[in-house]
Amino acid sequence: MIYRETGQYKTTYASDQQLFPILQDRVFVLALLAFAFGVVPFIASEYLFRAILIPFLILSLAAIGLNILVGYCGQVSLGSGAFMAVGAYAAYNLALRIPDLNLIIVFLLAGAFSMLAGVIFGIPSLRIKGFYLAVATLAAQFFIDWLFGHVAWFTNNAASGSVSAPPLVIFGRLFDSPAEKYLLVLGFACTFALVARNLTRGAIGRSWMATRDMDVAAEVIGIPPLRAKLSAFAVSSFFIGVAGALWAFVYLEAWEVLAFDVNRSFQLLFMVIIGGLGSILGSFLGAAFIVILPLMLNQLPGWFGIPLSTATIAHIESIVFGSLIVFFLIAEPHGLARLWAVGKEKLRLWPFPH
Amino acid sequence: MMANRNLTIAFFALMAFAAISPMAIGKAAFPQWLEVVLGGLMSGVLYSLVALGLVLIFKASGVFNFAQGSMVLFAALSLVRLMEKMPLVAALALTVAIMVVLALLVERLVLRPLVNQEGIVLFMATLGIAYFLDGFGQILWGSDIYTLHVGMPKEPKILLDNVFEGGILVSMEDVIAALLSALMVVALWLFFQKTGTGRALRAVADDHQAAQSIGIPLHRIWVIVWTVAGLVALVAGVIWGSKLGVQFSLQLIALKALPVVILGGFTSIPGAIIGGLIIGVGEKVSEVYLGPMLGGGIENWFAYALALVFLLFRPEGLFGEIRIDRV
Repeated sequence: MIYRETGQYKTTYASDQQLFPILQDRVFVLALLAFAFGVVPFIASEYLFRAILIPFLILSLAAIGLNILVGYCGQVSLGSGAFMAVGAYAAYNLALRIPDLNLIIVFLLAGAFSMLAGVIFGIPSLRIKGFYLAVATLAAQFFIDWLFGHVAWFTNNAASGSVSAPPLVIFGRLFDSPAEKYLLVLGFACTFALVARNLTRGAIGRSWMATRDMDVAAEVIGIPPLRAKLSAFAVSSFFIGVAGALWAFVYLEAWEVLAFDVNRSFQLLFMVIIGGLGSILGSFLGAAFIVILPLMLNQLPGWFGIPLSTATIAHIESIVFGSLIVFFLIAEPHGLARLWAVGKEKLRLWPFPH
Repeated sequence: MMANRNLTIAFFALMAFAAISPMAIGKAAFPQWLEVVLGGLMSGVLYSLVALGLVLIFKASGVFNFAQGSMVLFAALSLVRLMEKMPLVAALALTVAIMVVLALLVERLVLRPLVNQEGIVLFMATLGIAYFLDGFGQILWGSDIYTLHVGMPKEPKILLDNVFEGGILVSMEDVIAALLSALMVVALWLFFQKTGTGRALRAVADDHQAAQSIGIPLHRIWVIVWTVAGLVALVAGVIWGSKLGVQFSLQLIALKALPVVILGGFTSIPGAIIGGLIIGVGEKVSEVYLGPMLGGGIENWFAYALALVFLLFRPEGLFGEIRIDRV
């Protein structure tokens, strides 16, 4: 930004290693959080909550999860939609069969089930690499889709295959207004972003990144590939599972397995790539981009007063979406997060670059 | 290496056993089983055809082309709508021209600016192309279901009725499709092995930089490869389109071709063909004999599971290049 770190001396290790070493960054982040928690719930409209903020936050959480796997550990996965489904259906069954359980614990346990599925489907990654692995993870996607669609126990024998979430009661309080739901998912997203940020800065994150950069070399310097890869799958699917449970309980409220099909996986992958591989901030930026873009495209013909059928709008959306993806990849293959970093670096020296 | 080969042989023995097991257990009569296997082989050939497009592009440019399914849809849609206005031959020629233009545009607008990027970035770019083509094709040509008549016989035939009682029912459409595909494969093989352009393509596939350093124009090679992949997509589109009708779901056959590609190996044309046959037979046999036990609908994931198990034995697929990691 237009500030620099001049004069901020780090005299202890703790101050050197803190999350935001520059004072202005800390102030900025705290102000942003205060705004998100304290101001937005009062000023935002219901449409803003329902159509943008809640899906954006939940999908950011899922994107962080996928980014851990793809961006930090380098294992391309096309099965993230399925792990969201595991989280959603696990939460549904837990809430259904153990009604007294606190919903926060239900969400976390749903994440744990998804983690289990992730580790099982991550085992092939020890032998299969690159695009072979990407396609192999599609096996998880299609198998899990089929499982929830065909085994009636998971949907509690619902005739239509569609299930609905119980009311959101946490600590005896019903979260039913959009603002309350927003605060709930915001809390989850912030907590998990902090956890992810710290995990990726620590020893385990370094072992993931070493595996990503070159797995054989990482093994040579003493990083067990089994532990690095499977822990990445585990953490990643935990995040995605929690996001799936939130998506089902808070955003959709009633859903069927189609909500978590292979297109969801692609959507998450788009977020991660457009936002920036290996960046927590990028996961948020990518999710915002992917959530807002279709809404904008939907509104655009209306603003210009051009009447179009919904099918045509859907096709135009698909065209613009595809072109924008290609455009963004050409303009900045490292994603929005890199754009942000470059801008920050430029502004540091602005307006006197010498 | 030896152990690896033994594992592969073991896998095939297992596959063969699994394929004939329905008869061994006594659940199926031989003619009926033969019908299932033949049907599997036929649809396997069609999977190979889509897989072939994927392999061609991956070999020559290292791009995992997710848009192949959309190219199939786009080619079929173009052909079917053009046929309403002009005779078959003219429509076919025009569709070929469209696919050439498409290849040119893809190379110029997508591949060239993204040269030297990582594989995943290129993969995402082809996903973008896929979205674009889906939307563009349907705006341009409409999104209904169109029937495609290119003179394929629709009547199934009863064969070998003097050997077995009742004979076995074979769809002639499938037989012709299989023959067409086989012809296509032979033509491609000749093109790759016997022509100068084919040699250049193989050189690029082996080593981009070395090929470029001896004066092979990389950009033109990419255009050629995407054109060839477009033509393969057209053939696949014609066959599938006349079978199922030209409709949006055609682009989903790319998802059917993916397990074929990883089973056969990303870089191998014979792999795509043999992989397609294995997946085709495996899918049909499992659907008919295993499906009812599991509650049906397993064809969506069975091919993937089969390919996944196979990859555990041979991570590069059947004929894929074995990668040696060096530090």
